Order: sequence, then structure tokens, then C-alpha cells
Amino acid sequence: MSDTTEGQVHGAPDPGAQGLGGPGPGEQGHGGEPAGAAVPVATPVSIGSPQFAVAARHPRRAEGVAAFAFLVALCGFAGFGAAYWQDANNYLLGISLGVAFAAFGFGLVTWGKYLMPRGPFEEPRPQMATTERERAEFVGDFATRGKIAIERRGALGKLMGAAGAVLGVVTLFPLVRSLGPKPDSSMYHTKWRKGARLTSIDNRPVKVDDIEVGGVITVFPENDVGGALSQTVLIRVQATGNVVTGPGKETWGPDGYVAYSKVCTHAGCPVGLYQELTQQLLCPCHQSLFDVETGATPVFGPAPRPLPQLPLYVDAKGYLRAQAGFDEPIGPGFWYRGGSNGSPQ
Amino acid sequence: MIEKLFGWVDDRVALSRSGRHLLNKIFPDHWSFMIGEIALYSFIVLLLTGVFLTLYFVPSGSDVVYHGVYAPLKGQTVSEAFNSTVNLSFQVRGGLLMRQMHHWAANIFVGSIVVHMLRVFFTGAFRRPREANWMIGTTLLILAIFNGFLGYSLPDDLISGTGIRIAFSITESIPFVGTYLGFFLFGGQYPGTAIIPRFFILHVLVLPLIIIGLLAGHLGMLIKHKHAQFRGRGARDDNVVGSPLWPTYAAKAGGFFFLTTGVTALLGAAVQINPIWQYGQYYAYKVSYAVQPDWYMGWLDGALRVMPSWEIHLPGHMVPNVFFPAVLLPGVTFNLIYAWPFIEARLTGDRAEHHLLERPRDQPLRTAIGAAVFAFYFVLFGASATDVLANYLSLSLNFVLWSFRVLCIVVPLIVFPVAYKICVELQSTKGAGQRKRHNVIVRSAEGGYATVSTPEYPGYIQPELDPVPLDHVDLVSAMAADGDEQAEGVYRIPREYR
Ligand code: HEM
Ligand code: FES
Repeated sequence: MSDTTEGQVHGAPDPGAQGLGGPGPGEQGHGGEPAGAAVPVATPVSIGSPQFAVAARHPRRAEGVAAFAFLVALCGFAGFGAAYWQDANNYLLGISLGVAFAAFGFGLVTWGKYLMPRGPFEEPRPQMATTERERAEFVGDFATRGKIAIERRGALGKLMGAAGAVLGVVTLFPLVRSLGPKPDSSMYHTKWRKGARLTSIDNRPVKVDDIEVGGVITVFPENDVGGALSQTVLIRVQATGNVVTGPGKETWGPDGYVAYSKVCTHAGCPVGLYQELTQQLLCPCHQSLFDVETGATPVFGPAPRPLPQLPLYVDAKGYLRAQAGFDEPIGPGFWYRGGSNGSPQ
Repeated sequence: MIEKLFGWVDDRVALSRSGRHLLNKIFPDHWSFMIGEIALYSFIVLLLTGVFLTLYFVPSGSDVVYHGVYAPLKGQTVSEAFNSTVNLSFQVRGGLLMRQMHHWAANIFVGSIVVHMLRVFFTGAFRRPREANWMIGTTLLILAIFNGFLGYSLPDDLISGTGIRIAFSITESIPFVGTYLGFFLFGGQYPGTAIIPRFFILHVLVLPLIIIGLLAGHLGMLIKHKHAQFRGRGARDDNVVGSPLWPTYAAKAGGFFFLTTGVTALLGAAVQINPIWQYGQYYAYKVSYAVQPDWYMGWLDGALRVMPSWEIHLPGHMVPNVFFPAVLLPGVTFNLIYAWPFIEARLTGDRAEHHLLERPRDQPLRTAIGAAVFAFYFVLFGASATDVLANYLSLSLNFVLWSFRVLCIVVPLIVFPVAYKICVELQSTKGAGQRKRHNVIVRSAEGGYATVSTPEYPGYIQPELDPVPLDHVDLVSAMAADGDEQAEGVYRIPREYR
């Protein structure tokens, strides 16, 4: 800032440039453009005008505040360095850094807000909209030149366009074809097959007397332990007898067991919580409730369909096995799922 | 030395030819203009802390056995992503601070964008010529939400993993293309193995680059248009009234950046966020109770909850339940936001350029619509806590859910007329929002009382000043001439300019 001689303070600015008197005309109704309004008379501005004084009433005080803030920042940053050096805990690290940054910022804001010329200052703002003529000239140049260039070499233009179009199409191929396979039969069938043993997450096949009444366990087919789609809840609702959840399902629940897909039919969360008292399964994501005794029909919440039931049987050695896979797609719906029982296409 | 260096550069880029004019660029002052700045600054904090995190985070779903210092997890099989995030939190110096700052900055980022957007909406700053900037801003909001979700998903913990599962279901629910999109995104059927590395590259490279590009456009257009301003002494459609870029605005804005960073650091130090070691590794068959996403996903979660259990069955096809709250609703929402400047221009017939902002009360209809729509999303946001509320208030879940179903229709219907009425009342109340004068009551010697009127700004030397055209004065000599002794400024900047 050595070069103060360069500009002169203009005691009275160009009177035609800016209106300084009185409140501005504001927006004159809807769509009013102040462009043609009469130019207000300018008041002379001198360098002694209050606009150029610093904004603080007590500049010394403001300076003190800013100085204190910078001092705090200095100590804070140093403290952060020390804390980092000593491998201090997260709390010390963060508090020193945070206080330092905040104080630094506070000092700077104080400086800018109270120790700079108070203003206000103004500058003109041109209209965005271009004039008819500006636009006509630009469009004329652009279009005419382009038109001449293209018309003279019409075939070139078409060829170039064709090449570009082919490029556009082929770039889609790798994008779409290598990102992942097309949806396949895994949309309709899980890894449950006829005869698959019900296996717990620690790889143990479940036997008929492993679970007490009221007990619940997550099971998988033995070849897909941990599988996200084949996960199934196995519940023992009674000690003996078949659990019948609906017509045609008379044999699906042997020895008091029922098994349902654990994937919520709403948005796919694991239906994790079994409330023995009410015989309900709860999905913790959006609180859908499924009634265990009536085939896991949804009784509350947004889930639209029952959890598909896995038909079970007990083999000669007492292992629980699947009679077959699920008879409909498990989990949330999708466009190609088909009608209400989602017959696989 | 510095002069020489600058001279060398200047000879080659002619900075001083255009730069001098730039120093005088005027920025209007108003507290509400800082909200957009908070968004910008928290984005910078995100970039800086994010780069730190990438140095330690391993974007892989492969299994490893945890051998770190956190005892409860020792010996468990976890993914490399989870493992490296826990190690980053406990074994990297300053790692936890950076992680928590990053997460807090993300929440502040999206939050400030939303509030910034409300300010732009309610003051009519989106009107011509700023419609395009409004649309860029909306895109920024969408990208910010997406990137927040992606980042949140990276540590592969139980809560975020559940979120990814829901995201797959939502993708799947889109008619015709949903299953294809899901398979291409996840590299196959859920859960696949590709999702963590893919989310990673989207989160740290692709989306940030797009955001930076759009931000450049957003701010470039702001500079071109010059900031809109509130009415006030001397403020017109064809000028800008405020403080100059150098040094006043630079000091204030720069300071505000450090303030934002400081607050983020304090939050990162003192307020725990996303302690994934408590949630544990994600397994598809596990789920934790009270699953809650980051706040900006709350309205979607709430919408998923209050949606009745309908779906549409067609011969051979279906439209799943989640399609309505999680695809249709956001689609309609954001398209309406994009279109609003044009809808409003059509309604009012006002297609002129505007650089003077309106107060919310000036446009009761717009304000009422905005308030009602916002109230709707706010209720949805509340609905994402149905289970927590039911527990906390000892109410039945059924009752809480139905209350929210009713509220999200009733509340906007109440908010609309109330907001409208408030605007109209404010319009006709003289002096509303203006500084009140002191009423001084004096008692005379005879015992009578009298009210003495006081000046509007007692003690203020010159409360409202006329703006000075900066192009015509030399701020340098003015500042140099202004010794602090003769400073006669006012303590406060009058309301109109604040
Ligand atoms: C990445 C997120 C965003 C950042 C960092 C950002 C930053 C900014 C900043 C610093 C300003 C100038 C100060 C201000 O008016 O507050 C601004 C202006 C503006 N922003 Fe944003 N913004 C973001 C998102 C949005 C969104 C979501 C919208 C609305 C949909 C929006 C619409 C606008 C408009 C119309 C202006 C011009 C306002 C005026 O001149 O008065 N921005 N933005
Ligand atoms: S995923 Fe089960 S209720 Fe939403």
C-alpha cells in the first residue's frame, strides 16, 4: 500500500453516475425497470465522510478484542501441536484445534466488521438481458457462419454426425454390459432346494429338539450359510404337532416349527425380532409386524405381503430339512415379479 | 522480493489490468447471506478432512480378523472397510477427530444448503435472472444428499449396511429398469462384492468433482449477476450496496470460514458421531434396533414408514410399495423445486429481472406455499422416529403411526392459512420488524407524567448513510487519512444493510 499518490479522492463524484439521495425507487410494481427513471442528484462525498470512518464506535476496544482473539488462536494452534506431538486424546486435540480456529475466525471477522471503512459503498449493476441488437448480431454471426460452413461441405457434416452417433451408442455397451450381469433367476429362487438341511450361522444343522418352544434361530441352506437372500427365521411355536398356517400348508410346519424368509417384503431388512407373547415378527426398519400363526401375514406397518413360508420336514435322523424352496420370490417387490404370488416367469 | 515475483506473474497474465476493478466488487451485507457461505466452507472442510481419511481407509469388503486395540471386537471377522475405519479411529493420530469432523461437516453441509435454499425461496432470489442458479443449487442439494449417503455407507457397519440393503430395494422398485439398475450398480444380485469399492470411488472422486464443477458455475453466475440485495437506503435494482471485496468482505468471509472450521472441530472433539465399533460389522442377517439414518435421509425414512401397505399388481408385473415413498415422492419433490421459478412466473405473470429481494411477507402466497410444503417434509422427518417416540412416550406404535399419517396431511393444511394470515397481518402492521423507539416517561415536579419521544437510534451519529460509489473514490487514501482518533462511525450497521 505504498502507492497512495496514484488516485485522488474525488470530492464530488460524477454526478450523473449514481443516485445518492433518499431512498431508492425500489421495484416499481411488477416488471418495472428503473432504467429510464430520472437521475437523482448526487450528494458530494468527501474523504471525511462517515462512510470512510471505521465502523466501530470504539475502535480501540474492537482492536483489543481482535488482538485477544488472535492471541487465543496462537495459543490454541500451539496447544494443538503439542497435543498432537504427545498423542493426546481426541478431546484435547479437537478442543485446541476448534478453539484456535474459532478464535482466529472471530478475530478476523471483528477486524473486517468493525475496523474497516463502514460504508456502505455501491457499484452499478448492469441488466442481464441483452438488447435485441446484441443478440441479433451474435446469432447472425454464429448461424450464418455455421450455415455456410456446413452447407459447403454437407457430406462432411453428415459423416461426422454419424460417427458421433455411433460413438454415443457404443459407449453405452461397456457401461451397461460390464458393470454387472443382467437380473437372473436369483430374483425368483433362493438357494433353498428340496432336502436342504436347515443350518445355523455356525454351520450346525438344526435337529428337531435343538430349540425349545418360543425359541427362534436364523437358518440357511447348508450350501449358503450367511446368505443374504436365503436367510430364514425358524421358530418353534409349540412342542408337538403340525403348525398349519393356511390351506395347502398342512404339512409345512412339523413338530411345532415354522420357517419364514427373513427378508422383509417391504424394503428387505432382516425381520429380526420375535415377540413370543403376541406371536409376531417385527421388522426394526419400519416396524412392520407379521403374524406368525397365520402365515406371517403383515398386520401392521408398510409391508405389503406375507413373508414367504419354507415348507419343512423332519428326516429320519431328526434333522430339519426343506420340502422345497420358497414358492414365491422372497423380499421386496420388483417390476418383473408378476402377480400377487409372483409366479416366476 | 514479493513485488518482483508479482511483477513477473503480472507481466504474463495482466492481473492488475482487470484485478483492480475486482478489488472494488461490492457485496451486500445481510446475515442470511452467510448461510450459503456456511455450505461452501463446510464443503471445503469436507474436502480437507476427506483427503486425510482416504489415506487410511481401505475400500474393500474382503474379510479380515480384527486385531486392533478395541477389546470387544478382538478376534472377530470383519471387512477391511470396517477394520480400517476402526483402526483409523483408534490407532491413527488425530484419526478420530478427522472422522468425526468429516461426518459433522457433512451434516452441516446438507443442513446449510437446505436453509440457504429456504432463504433463496422466501426472499424470491430465484426470480429472473437467477432461475438457472436455482436449478444448479437444487442439483447441488441432490448431489450433497447422495454423497452423504454414499460416505455414510462406506464403513460397512451394521447400521449403514442396512441402509444399503434398503437402497437396493428402492432401486429394484423402479418400474421396467429397476432390477437392471440394481444389478449394474451392485455388480449382481444383492449383496454382491463390488459395492464398497464402487461407492468409494463415487464418494471420493466422481460426485465431489461434479459438485466442484457445479459450485464453480453457481458462484460464477453469482459474480456475473452480482448478489441480490434487500431494499434499503440507496439500494436499487440497478446497483449493489454493501462493502467492497478487498479488504472488508475478504476479512469477514475469511474469518467466517475459520469460524465454521472451528465449530466443526469442536463438534468433532466433543460430540460423538457414528461410533461404528458399537454397532459392529454388517451382516445381511443381522439388524440392530432403532435403525436411523443421517438426518437428511429422515424424510425418506419417515415416508417409507407412513406409507400404507399398498402396491399395484398388474398382469405379470407389479409396482412395489417402496416405489411410492422412495422414488415417486423424491422425484415429484425435486422436479417441483426445479420448476418453481417458472411456475411462479406463470402464476404472477412477472417475468422481469429482479435484483431486490422481497421479504417473506411481501408475497403471502409464495410464503404460505413454501411453509406448507416445508411443514409436510418436516412431519415426514418426525415420522422417521415413530418407534423411538412410541417407546419414549409409552404410546402404542399403532397410535403414533396413525398420528403421523394424519399429521402429514393436516399440518400443511393448517400451516398454509396461518402463514398466509401472518404475512398479511405483518404487511398491514406499521413498523413491524423495525427498531422500536425508546419510550421515556418523565415525571414533572408537580407529579404529572409525560412521554418524551426519543430519536430512533439514540446515541447514533448517523444511523443511515447514503452509499458511496466506490468506483469514484480512492479507498486507499480515505483509509489512510482516517486516523482512529477521528473515527466517528456508528456502532451498528443499520438494519437494512445487516
Ligand atoms: C453445495 C451447496 C451450495 C453452496 C456451497 C452454495 C453457495 C452459495 C453462496 C456462497 C452463495 C452466495 C451467498 C448467499 O446468497 O447465500 C450462493 C448464492 C445462491 N445460491 Fe447457493 N449454494 C449451494 C446450494 C444451493 C441450493 C440448494 C440452492 C437452491 C435450490 C441455491 C441457490 C442459490 C441462488 C439462487 C443464489 C443467488 C442468491 C442471490 O444472489 O441472492 N444454492 N450459493
Ligand atoms: S424393511 Fe421391513 S418394514 Fe421396511
